[in-house]
Amino acid sequence: MTTQDRLTISRESKLDDAGYKWGFSTDVEMELAPKGLNEQIVQLISSKKNEPEWLLDWRLKAFDYWRKLHREDSEPRWAKLRYPEIDYQDIYYYAAPKSFDDAPKSLDEVDPEMLETFDKLGIPLHERERLAGVAVDAVFDSVSVATTYGEQLEERGIIFCSFSEAVQNHPELIKKYLGSVVPYTDNFFAALNSAVFSDGSFAYIPPGVRCPVELMTYFRINTEGSGQFERTLIVADEGAYVSYLEGCTAPIRRTSQLHAAVVELVALDRGEIKYSTIQNWYPGTKDGEGGVYNFVTKRGMTGDDAKISWTQVETGSAITWKYPSVILRGDNSVGEFYSVALANNYQQADTGTKMIHIGKNTKSTIVSKGISAGHGENTYRGGVKILPGAENATNHTQCDSLLVGDQCGAHTVPYIEVRNPTARLEHEASTSKVSDEQLFYLMSRGISEEDAHHMIITGWSRDVIKELPFEFALEAGQLLKVSLEGAVG
Amino acid sequence: MMTLNASKIEPNPIRHADVYRNDWDSFVANQSRNGSASDRAHELRRVGWEEFNRIGFPINRRGNELWKYTDLRQIDRMPFRFGAPSSGISLEAIAKMVPLPREWQNVVFVDGVRDPSIADSGSQSDGLTLRDVTAYEQLGALAGCESNAFVSLNSAFLDDGLMVDIDHDVESIKPLHVVFVSTGSDLGQRAVYPRIAVSVGRGSHATLIETHVSMADGSHLSVPVVEISMGQQSTLRHYRVQLDGEDSYHFATTRVKQGEDSRYRSTSFSMGSSIGRHDVLTMLDGEHAESTLHGVYMTTNRQHQDFEISTTHSVPHGTSDQYYKGILSGRSRAVFSGKITVERGAQKTDANQKDLNLLLSHGAEVDTKPSLEIYADDVKCAHGATAGHVDEDTLFYLQSRGVDYDTAQAMLIRGFAAEILDEIEDELLRTFLEDKLDELMPALQQASDTIGTA
Repeated sequence: MTTQDRLTISRESKLDDAGYKWGFSTDVEMELAPKGLNEQIVQLISSKKNEPEWLLDWRLKAFDYWRKLHREDSEPRWAKLRYPEIDYQDIYYYAAPKSFDDAPKSLDEVDPEMLETFDKLGIPLHERERLAGVAVDAVFDSVSVATTYGEQLEERGIIFCSFSEAVQNHPELIKKYLGSVVPYTDNFFAALNSAVFSDGSFAYIPPGVRCPVELMTYFRINTEGSGQFERTLIVADEGAYVSYLEGCTAPIRRTSQLHAAVVELVALDRGEIKYSTIQNWYPGTKDGEGGVYNFVTKRGMTGDDAKISWTQVETGSAITWKYPSVILRGDNSVGEFYSVALANNYQQADTGTKMIHIGKNTKSTIVSKGISAGHGENTYRGGVKILPGAENATNHTQCDSLLVGDQCGAHTVPYIEVRNPTARLEHEASTSKVSDEQLFYLMSRGISEEDAHHMIITGWSRDVIKELPFEFALEAGQLLKVSLEGAVG
Repeated sequence: MMTLNASKIEPNPIRHADVYRNDWDSFVANQSRNGSASDRAHELRRVGWEEFNRIGFPINRRGNELWKYTDLRQIDRMPFRFGAPSSGISLEAIAKMVPLPREWQNVVFVDGVRDPSIADSGSQSDGLTLRDVTAYEQLGALAGCESNAFVSLNSAFLDDGLMVDIDHDVESIKPLHVVFVSTGSDLGQRAVYPRIAVSVGRGSHATLIETHVSMADGSHLSVPVVEISMGQQSTLRHYRVQLDGEDSYHFATTRVKQGEDSRYRSTSFSMGSSIGRHDVLTMLDGEHAESTLHGVYMTTNRQHQDFEISTTHSVPHGTSDQYYKGILSGRSRAVFSGKITVERGAQKTDANQKDLNLLLSHGAEVDTKPSLEIYADDVKCAHGATAGHVDEDTLFYLQSRGVDYDTAQAMLIRGFAAEILDEIEDELLRTFLEDKLDELMPALQQASDTIGTA
């Protein structure tokens, strides 16, 4: 990053809306590969990471596949989203803080400015935050910064590290599970990610081990014009349990930033993974300028008696395209999806889940709450698929929409495909607004109109928020409040 | 600079384009010789043909939401012929298949043509005029082409059809029963493209029964289009009965435009055809309009039924209700794709949408997609969908009261359909359809392998 860039950015920061308090940018010297996407870039990323041959091959195959899709104009367009065509040659595919070439051995060696960034974000990176009981892997642009809490996890045989480290230290696990849930042929953005992913988190919980702390990754896009393509892989071996948290922010930029992540969850027999996300990427200005384009593929696969639960609070991004899903392969396995998605100003969210029932007696639950405000457009798009062998599968889906103001949109598009007659499925949905009676009741008790709105909206989202770990739940409540500022009252 | 990232639906070359073209050329040449039809009809034929010729059948389903679950390749493979001479059929033969009581005003179409040798049975009602659809000044206003292969085909081969003109303030008239019969053909697979236009005058109340039956052994293609325009404070009760043969293909379109305070209520009963599809679109253009779209579908063997049910609220205070129920057995498949759109400003809309399915056998499949698209905040919209099988406890309860297994099973299936059938006010029609369901019962039960397994 040049000095000139920096000046531009800080000026922009002042210009932009004050509502997004995570919008600061950080002056860290970055190493950038040239803009654009080609085989050389893929090779460069791989060699920067000192990757083994097979991984480079895999990336190149993914790149070939992506190029084919791109040539055939197969970028997915079925979502209810409007955005300008993305120029994939106008993006930095590799951005790493320069001081990382000689990687830090401990937190003390980490660039202080970067630590300050994470401090501003409120990430419990230091010793004192251990009290919070959270082990953090922070990903800055595309490179993993530091992992806390390492030793205690190690004692139990839990592996929690950056994806790059895992490739070096646990290649057998990566080779076995990478692409096993989301193959690079899965979709346009997954193919792109597979070709150019630069880092991410890896967690492995050995058989029978219950991870004593919540694992956490914090993602942040900093460099202007860069894409972030992180890859997360979590494996809960037989009978293992882990709760994983993911948070995301980005500085304020005039131009849009592309984020195309892949998350793969593997819960082997009797394993359980609870995955919580607070997505607060920069949503763009009030007039819909800039913001993060968030195209994410998240999917888990279950063994027998296993469970995967996704909880997400989506308040950020200009464009959200995201469908955390579960392939219920094992008998008696369980999939859950709890989501609050908010689209204010000119934000657009097309999000939901897909539950694919393969095993017998599989069970899935979907609770989706969509809030639309300003000129926001919010679409729930969900799929429930019962395959012929899924005897006695059950699904319950509830998706509710709340409209705040008369210029927004709320849409519900569920796809229910049943190929086994013993399945039982229920889908219900409703659309409403904050009722005048409720508002009046609260205001007559001396509560301001804005606070009353927040109370009602938070209460309405409660079914989802309560699924979050405690600290996250507090943050989510705050985030909803901040994100709705100006839309109500 | 903002572009809609909409799917680009690619046109498909028509496999038997020459067959369709030859039939169309001789059809329009014939029509010109007769010189009776209006310019509007001629224009619609031309535009319809050009559009169909451009887009072809939607066999390329990638990215095409409207045809996500229905494969049309076998339609494209067959050269369906228009204008094959009809083998002729007596009114008695038809009356054996469908009721033609004197209580109704019956109009019979054989192979898409209102056969003059079969007199319209039942007497003419005051306030209701029947004309050729080509004389309708609003022809095609609701269903022109709109990049829809089947509506385009219907427009291209627009024949006499039927225009139903109901005067203002007509209180009580006989139900109008329009029967479409398809017979076999020596020329190959027959195609018919009938069109009905209905205009209900201000303050009038009418009943339309639309019945499709086939007397053909082989396969045939039926592509009916119905355009309904409703004046202020009018009411139309529309029953639709689809009993085409199991080898036939049925692609129907119904479009309804509703004025202020109007009530459109439809109940559809679909049992026939190999691949059946019904596209319904009701547009609530006047305030306080009410639209009720109910239906029951039953599929056996390898039948495929697809319902694309759409309601658009463009003004405030509209009420709508979509409610469909399906009974599936054998290796059959049903698709329900409901859509409610509440446009910006259509405040105080109250919309409901529901699709419930009873799956009787392994091998049957239901794909249901009840969707909402809402751009107004002060609305009440709810939707739901279920799929399941006959409850074991209920079955056990009946058996414990001495009802044998088969009878108990049939009772439960009948009970599931009854909710829709019971709302048919016309007793003759209700009895006829209940009998039809009973006729189908053995086929439904034979293929069933799941009742009471859970």
